[in-house]
Amino acid sequence: MHAIQIVLLCFAIFAMSRALIRYRRGLTRMLHLEMWLLFWVCVVVVALRPEVTDLLARWLGVGRGVDTAIYLALLMIFFLLFRSFGKIEDLDRQLTKVVRANALREMEEDLAAAKDKDRPGEK
Amino acid sequence: MAKRIIVIPAYNEELTIADVVRGAVKIADRVLVVDDGSRDRTAALAKEAGALVVRHAVNRGVGAALGTGIEAAVRLDADAVVTMDADGQHRAEDAARVFERLAQGDVEFVIGSRMKRGPEQGNMPAHRMLFNTIGNMLTFMLFGVWVTDSQSGLRGLSRKAASTIDLRTNGMESLSEFIKEKKDRRWRLAEVPIKAIYTDYSMSKGQNFFMGVKIALRLIFRRFFG
Repeated sequence: MHAIQIVLLCFAIFAMSRALIRYRRGLTRMLHLEMWLLFWVCVVVVALRPEVTDLLARWLGVGRGVDTAIYLALLMIFFLLFRSFGKIEDLDRQLTKVVRANALREMEEDLAAAKDKDRPGEK
Repeated sequence: MAKRIIVIPAYNEELTIADVVRGAVKIADRVLVVDDGSRDRTAALAKEAGALVVRHAVNRGVGAALGTGIEAAVRLDADAVVTMDADGQHRAEDAARVFERLAQGDVEFVIGSRMKRGPEQGNMPAHRMLFNTIGNMLTFMLFGVWVTDSQSGLRGLSRKAASTIDLRTNGMESLSEFIKEKKDRRWRLAEVPIKAIYTDYSMSKGQNFFMGVKIALRLIFRRFFG
């Protein structure tokens, strides 16, 4: 076995255990757990039997199996980056909503308190 | 009498906020300072100078602060809302001119333009002029509306515009987002020439080139994915 295979194998096992722990703690959904496990199982298969990527490469029309794996990995990284960017924007917007609602409520409370102070006899 | 409210978004502006508020209270029925999570004495000084202070618990950016200020003004029954910068670059008399333009009733949106020809214009530094022209071109390409000063912080909204505006971006890019709203909601627009006061202080607080690039990218994202 080559060193790179051992490294990939260890990393995949580590990543799968993290995914399982996150699921057990209720931090992730079943669907996401399954997707990640499937992904890392594919990594293990490719690490142990690199020749399977050649089949895929031939089918896709890319020269070498290793190149195919790198292209697909890049695609996946870009997809994840794009998605996280969108998620952060969403969170940003939601945080502003909360901060704004809070600010406006405080303003209205302050105004109501000031009014009561002006007309103490009416209360 | 129509109720005039001035909205001033402020983040760590303790050096200038009191003077800005003192000028603004003379020409408006109410001055609202949105303290955008400042860590200095901005809120206390604004209150002392006669403003009503609305406070963001954490810093959310000038666009978010404007959104909060405009919504607060609508809740306080404003008939016209004018926004001003807190760094002292806008003069109260120019804000008064924006109110007067709105009071004519034929437009929903007024921009106080530093680039429009007027009796007192022409004091914008050359590099500012260049950034602004690029900002105007980008705004035109993205939203199809040509204005002479798309990045001006001195603006006026009628009651109708103030109660329908929907700002989604949090930072400086919201200045161009107003223009997207103008187009989507078919507001009529007028530009009023104003004179900006450029001090070393306001220049250091302004937008620089890298912020400009970041703002441009966010605007493009907002246009196509937002």
